[in-house]
Amino acid sequence: MARGPKLSIRNGRLIDPASGTDQEADLHIGEGRILAVGAAPAGFQPDRTLDARGLIVCPGFVDLSARLREPGHEQKATIASETRAAAAAGITTLCCPPDTVPVIDTPAVAQLVRQIAERHGYAQVLPAGAVTQGLEGCQITEMAALKAAGCPVLSQADRPIRNSQVLRRALEYAATFGLTLFLQPQDADLGEGGCAHEGRIATRLGLPGIPEAAETVAVARALALAEQTGARIHFRGLSTARGAEMLAEAKARGILASADVALHQLFLTEDELDGFDSDCHVIPPFRTLADRDALRAAVAEGVIEALCSDHQPHDADAKEAPFPETAPGISALETLLPLTLCLVAEGVLDLPNAIARLTTGPAEILGHPPGRDLGCIRPGRPADVCVFDPLESWVPSRETLLSHGENSPFLGVALRGRVRWTLLGGRTVFER
Amino acid sequence: MSAPDPQLDEQGELKHFLTIEGLGRPLLTKILDQAESFLGIAQQAVKKVPLCRGKVVANLFFETSTRTRTTFELAAKRLSADVLNLNIATSATTKGETLLDTLRNLEAMYVDMFVVRHATSGAAHFIAAQAAPHVSVINAGDGRHSHPTQGMLDMFTIRRHKGDFTRLCVAIVGDVLHSRVARSEIAALRTLGAPEIRIIGPRTLIPAQAESLGVRIYHDLREGVRDADVVIMLRLQRERMTGALLPSAHEYYQLFGLTEERLSTAKPDAIVMHPGPINRGVEMDSAVADGARSVILEQVSNGIAIRMAVIAICLGAQNRRGQKTQGEGGGMDG
Repeated sequence: MARGPKLSIRNGRLIDPASGTDQEADLHIGEGRILAVGAAPAGFQPDRTLDARGLIVCPGFVDLSARLREPGHEQKATIASETRAAAAAGITTLCCPPDTVPVIDTPAVAQLVRQIAERHGYAQVLPAGAVTQGLEGCQITEMAALKAAGCPVLSQADRPIRNSQVLRRALEYAATFGLTLFLQPQDADLGEGGCAHEGRIATRLGLPGIPEAAETVAVARALALAEQTGARIHFRGLSTARGAEMLAEAKARGILASADVALHQLFLTEDELDGFDSDCHVIPPFRTLADRDALRAAVAEGVIEALCSDHQPHDADAKEAPFPETAPGISALETLLPLTLCLVAEGVLDLPNAIARLTTGPAEILGHPPGRDLGCIRPGRPADVCVFDPLESWVPSRETLLSHGENSPFLGVALRGRVRWTLLGGRTVFER
Repeated sequence: MSAPDPQLDEQGELKHFLTIEGLGRPLLTKILDQAESFLGIAQQAVKKVPLCRGKVVANLFFETSTRTRTTFELAAKRLSADVLNLNIATSATTKGETLLDTLRNLEAMYVDMFVVRHATSGAAHFIAAQAAPHVSVINAGDGRHSHPTQGMLDMFTIRRHKGDFTRLCVAIVGDVLHSRVARSEIAALRTLGAPEIRIIGPRTLIPAQAESLGVRIYHDLREGVRDADVVIMLRLQRERMTGALLPSAHEYYQLFGLTEERLSTAKPDAIVMHPGPINRGVEMDSAVADGARSVILEQVSNGIAIRMAVIAICLGAQNRRGQKTQGEGGGMDG
């Protein structure tokens, strides 16, 4: 364990949803861990003091899905480039989906990803192991071995499992080891070939549609199998009002299900596709204003426990084609915090609850990997801390973004909220 | 929605012709009037005017077509432009690259206008966004999205027969879901003030929330064409019989094939249109296709005049922009 410097963060507003803290309080850090909240321990001499007057001090954010593109797609981004962007975004832990090349379906690939991330040291990367070998939806992976190699959850990325029997057995086998399955709910057949919400705009633009039922059918099937098997599932990226409603009903019945939503889904709708802007090509697609509002309500009520970047950096070529032929996804790490603060400004959530959706919410879903208590600030725990200015206005642009992915519909849009310091295990991994 | 229309230049003149949506009635009327003036040229002994002499038009067809490509070629030649024809087979993996690379190569040959057909919706918008500033792009059909010159030639044909749009009932029959022609026609009819537009077909071939296009939806052919002034039949692709959209060509014809008998509920002077090529005995009976009310071949002739009009308007605006920059001393040759 690296011995970090002694640090004090003074005069900030400390928000720690795990302990219900929201007050002005100092934070004292040493040996990579939180030493004390409030008064410094007797005789504590910090090497450095950070003045957080007017700033928010909170746990480092936990992002449930961020593509790093390594191994396999280094022309888009690398673990180094994207974890550095994550640090600039206040994210200290992120989960990367297994759709790398090779797929994260063996312990060796999982370890490789973790080792590269550790070598660069900007953020903790937790690889999601594949549910099926090669993500092909047929043969389940060596899940116990993946867990031992540091995969806290399993995921099928964006490749659905067509065969319900395979999904059922994958759920049961994963549950044997207490592993949650991350499922991106989109029915393989109903969504096939689609690139836009099946509705008003897709009809006008002649874009192949993805109907609401592509999501609700997948949600219904997964919930039925979760109920049958008693296994735990997580819906990675809901997009419809009805999907969120079905989840709420299932939770009320005691089914072990959770969900996150990509932040851009809470702001953009199908109308953005007018003009064929490929930066707005995402899967699941932007849906209607009613869906967007229902998703916001589900986040506010806690039905959706986590906000997620769903970061998908692309090279320019991937977005330079006619809309349906472009690669879906948004480079989103660095807009995670400002968009979350925008939800606060628009009255969807108060600040502590918004921070909870970026910290305790996702940490709970990941099930606290061994050795780390994620998403909280507590004496004795690793000092993963984000200090940000909630009022600083900035404009995401090719110059300001650190991610190699410049594919964002928020480029050029003035946003509020910028990270000042990010600490990972007590080390300053970002400051500005 | 507040972004400037990519089809118009700073003077509000037509720079590209990508879709009918967003263009106003005066502009559409200008195209129709211009086409009217070109119609006589075909009957002259010398079928050429020198309006676009020295201009290069490239027909860039990523999807095969005979009728549209030939009429574009004839239209450009009658305007005295030089024409390049490129039929580019698309491979599934490298489409995007091929498209951009092809574009760059042609730009290097000083092409003034691209006429583009592509199997993907949005392709013409993409090419217009990528093309060099002096190049005009005309959409000759992109995926299911738009086929604006077909839409305009149909409006031209309707206007020649019916005069005024503001009292017309137009019925569009068939595979609206996959039809770029239907989308362009609906947009044009709405802009030109047609009060009643109907679409008729089984629910599998009607797009989601189609009523938001400003049309009334019918699932019964006889009801749908009742009192219609214009009946437009859409082409039905053979591949619709797979993928559970339709059971068979036979049942489709039984329910939605146009026969003289089913046409009897329409207005007595109704005209029947089809963008071609016709599947006889699937979309319509030969007796209707070749009958007195059919204007299908007229549509083809009118296609040349409309395409001449669109090419002339876009290249004309190009010349004026060029003169303007030259007048300001900022013009660069080549």
